[in-house]
Amino acid sequence: MTPASTAYWSVADTAGRVAAGEITATQIVEATLARIEAIDGRLGAFLAVDAAGARAAAADVDQRRAANLPPGPLAGVPIALKDVLVTRGLATTAGSKILAGWIPPYDAHVVEKLRAAGAIIIGKVNCDEFAMGSSTENSAYQPTRNPWDLARVPGGSSGGSSAAVAAGLCAASLGTDTGGSIRQPAAFCGVVGMKPTYGRVSRWGVVAFASSLDQVGPLTRTVADAALVLEAIAGFDPRDSTSLDAPVPRFIDALKPPAGDLRGLRVGLPQEYYEAMDDEVRAGIARAAAALIEHGAEMIELSLPHTRLALPAYYLVAPAEASSNLARFDGVRYGQRVSAPDLVDMYGKTRDAGFGPEVKRRIMLGTYALRSGYYDAYYKKAQQVRTLIKRDFDRAFQYCDVLLTPTTPTPAFPFGAKATPVEMYQADVFTLSCNLAGLPGISVPCGLTGDGLPIGAQLLGRPLDEATLLRVGAIIEATVGLGDRRPAGIGGLA
Amino acid sequence: MTESRQLRALLEVWEPVIGLEIHVQLATRSKIFSPSAIEFGAPPNSLTDPLVLGLPGTLPVFNREVLALALRLGIATSSQIRAKSRFARKHYFYPDLPKGYQISQFDEPLCENGHLDVIIGGGLKRVKLQRIHLEEDAGKTTHVGVSSHVDLNRAGVPLVEVVTAPEIGSVEEAGEFMRSLHRLVRWLEISEADMEKGQLRCDANVSVRLRGEDRLGTRTELKNINSFRFVENAIENEIVRQIRILEAGGRITRETRLWDAERGQSQSMRSKEEANDYRYFPDPDLPPMVVDGAMMGSILRTLPELPSVRFDRYQRAHGISPIDARTLVSERALADFFDATVAAHPGEASGRTIANWVLTELLGALRASGLPVARSPMSPATLSALIALVESGTISGKIGKEIFEESYRTGEAPAAILERSGASQISDVAVLWEIINRVVAANPKQAEAYTVGGKDGLFGFFVGAVMKETKGRANPVITSDLLHKRLGR
Repeated sequence: MTPASTAYWSVADTAGRVAAGEITATQIVEATLARIEAIDGRLGAFLAVDAAGARAAAADVDQRRAANLPPGPLAGVPIALKDVLVTRGLATTAGSKILAGWIPPYDAHVVEKLRAAGAIIIGKVNCDEFAMGSSTENSAYQPTRNPWDLARVPGGSSGGSSAAVAAGLCAASLGTDTGGSIRQPAAFCGVVGMKPTYGRVSRWGVVAFASSLDQVGPLTRTVADAALVLEAIAGFDPRDSTSLDAPVPRFIDALKPPAGDLRGLRVGLPQEYYEAMDDEVRAGIARAAAALIEHGAEMIELSLPHTRLALPAYYLVAPAEASSNLARFDGVRYGQRVSAPDLVDMYGKTRDAGFGPEVKRRIMLGTYALRSGYYDAYYKKAQQVRTLIKRDFDRAFQYCDVLLTPTTPTPAFPFGAKATPVEMYQADVFTLSCNLAGLPGISVPCGLTGDGLPIGAQLLGRPLDEATLLRVGAIIEATVGLGDRRPAGIGGLA
Repeated sequence: MTESRQLRALLEVWEPVIGLEIHVQLATRSKIFSPSAIEFGAPPNSLTDPLVLGLPGTLPVFNREVLALALRLGIATSSQIRAKSRFARKHYFYPDLPKGYQISQFDEPLCENGHLDVIIGGGLKRVKLQRIHLEEDAGKTTHVGVSSHVDLNRAGVPLVEVVTAPEIGSVEEAGEFMRSLHRLVRWLEISEADMEKGQLRCDANVSVRLRGEDRLGTRTELKNINSFRFVENAIENEIVRQIRILEAGGRITRETRLWDAERGQSQSMRSKEEANDYRYFPDPDLPPMVVDGAMMGSILRTLPELPSVRFDRYQRAHGISPIDARTLVSERALADFFDATVAAHPGEASGRTIANWVLTELLGALRASGLPVARSPMSPATLSALIALVESGTISGKIGKEIFEESYRTGEAPAAILERSGASQISDVAVLWEIINRVVAANPKQAEAYTVGGKDGLFGFFVGAVMKETKGRANPVITSDLLHKRLGR
């Protein structure tokens, strides 16, 4: 078994072969570890590789299989976790120095679910500090490179996830999406990224960025894999009061025939999402739209009039909640502490040394927005804008079943390309509204640019209707997707 | 006391305005947002979990038991109950506040515009409540030398904060408000309200103004006043302090002051300029707290008659004095015992008589044996049976008290004790006439001194002699009547 041979196996394939005894989980894990060892030095996706934990989990799966016990729907599937997901006994940093050395005493809900499904936690992957960013350049630890072009960013904040999945360093990864942090890096790295409906997946054990926006979701190489991983992690959790008590469908069934027949399906094209974008991105989305029409879908042009307010509303709500959520990082109970003779000094020095510039910027923005006397003008107003944006979507979904938009205005950009924070914020302009409205969204590759960079098509759906996104996404994947094309950036090893 | 005479003189010119903020710990088994247990005096940091420690990734889940308890208080104070109220985050940095914010309520509290009828003097005074809201307690910091120790056992303990309108006009009223609230939360069984365990804590906002003035004076906030006595002392001290400053031409600084009970004075903790901006906003981790009709209905059905209502009823229906009525409602078990005795009592019972028995004999015996009313060895029915024996004249009050003691001690029924000891009262005129004849015949000199010599004091001597002869069982009214006849005047 050479390292490369299992590298691009799908989730379904891996679990199926392990269950059938064609390969052991241990063999998968050894191959995966060897590949990470060989490639990740150039990529920088992993912050921690849990070789011991992965081997132990693999041995457990193999024993279960040997004992004729069901090894689980994700048996032997190597999965990397964005480092904002809390893992028992395995360092969790959220990409921040302030959490350096913290070993959590508990597992996130999604981690418990993955383990229960037989998946192998292979390690923790890089992200922007506290998930704040769109390029993973805000990680306090290392840059992560885009496997398609090592001079470019993998997107963010779940850039370690998208890079690792694209480079075949794991079968799937879990990311978090607060304003596009799963979909945007998925688009940049040519993988599938799904942000589920707010409340579909428990946030218990997710280091919080913006509580009313954060959602965990899968990054995978195929739409079918996204369906399998989503099914494994979704479901009501009484430990998260915002968790939805809704039945979890067998998402993979959405891909079964006659899934390919889109007759009667209405696809909305919101004009506000087609104003400014790269020509090659526009061409990619047009290819995706044409493919859907060919399968019987009807295209409807419509308007989401409050779209332009999404960015400013997002940059009030998210920093406000972040400034509150990050108050607990005070050096008192865990993480890094800078000693000082008095308490206030200790707080100041610890937080100054522990947080990076973008995190500080957002804490300041949020603190400002929540000041006494300014709440109504900022946070409350932004929440009112959210209601308007939600209404836009409600109205749109009276006329269509799914919305098709580009995921990002441009393909992956080079390191350092976004000179100002605002330029960086604008990279998320197509993905933010979905979080503000709590809707599910998916990014599916729809071809490459002339320079060989992936383009992502975004589908947005009604609350809890991930199934339709998967079904439509699978058509885009099958018609204008990447097929067998693998990232060029990692050269011969790919 | 000269000091209070001084205060009285000052208060003829100056009017104090007091508002209280009282935190009451609700008696749940687990914390308000996590399953951690609650227990007083447990080893430091033994009652914690990832949420209580504020670990990254943890989320609060509201303990609905807390809502049921808080609603009892809201309904008992006739508050408006919000069908949908919200938790808000209140931000400040302190080591005993693990998340960097306290989950509290801000602009959408559970209860508003209620009132509490405070027993003061012989009557009730209505104190308006601005709001009652829910929040979590912080941990406890103790400073030992140069190091500080944080115990998070108390972090996340459920509290209600009761905020009065700034309309309390005297130290006495403030103290009585505290007592009334303390009584009420125990009455409703929503808190043990043990002040020594910090289960009921008071902050007071105090200002003074010239009588007749409309505008409120600058207020200060007094913290750490955690006993009824401290509340009165601290507020009185603050009123005098403010009046002295104003009379000397000074101005009051808006500040928070900490009461030092040992030194009997307060000191400035922080001024308004240094005050925190708490940056309240609705907690996005917690959906609105919804109160539905079914919940309201079940609380309304099970809410006991309130102490203030009983205080009033005891006076109106039974003619009980305000002082006795107040004692009867000092705790629910006692008032319930009284009501049960009245209910068990046959015929036209005098509530006043029953109150006397309950307050003197029963309370005295319970106090002597160190038992709470709830664990009284004597039942209301037994006490009622005993009182009936006295009322019917079967036994005297004095014998009744003796039988009470024995019945309380042994649990034996009063009628059985009476039968066994033959202690029933002698009301038979023929029997008593014969005894009186014997007694007078045996004491001819005294009889003559009374009848002829006019020595009135000797009448008591003959009553005593009859009682001695009958071992106290002679009916005193009939005895007196017959003695007058026998002695000729």
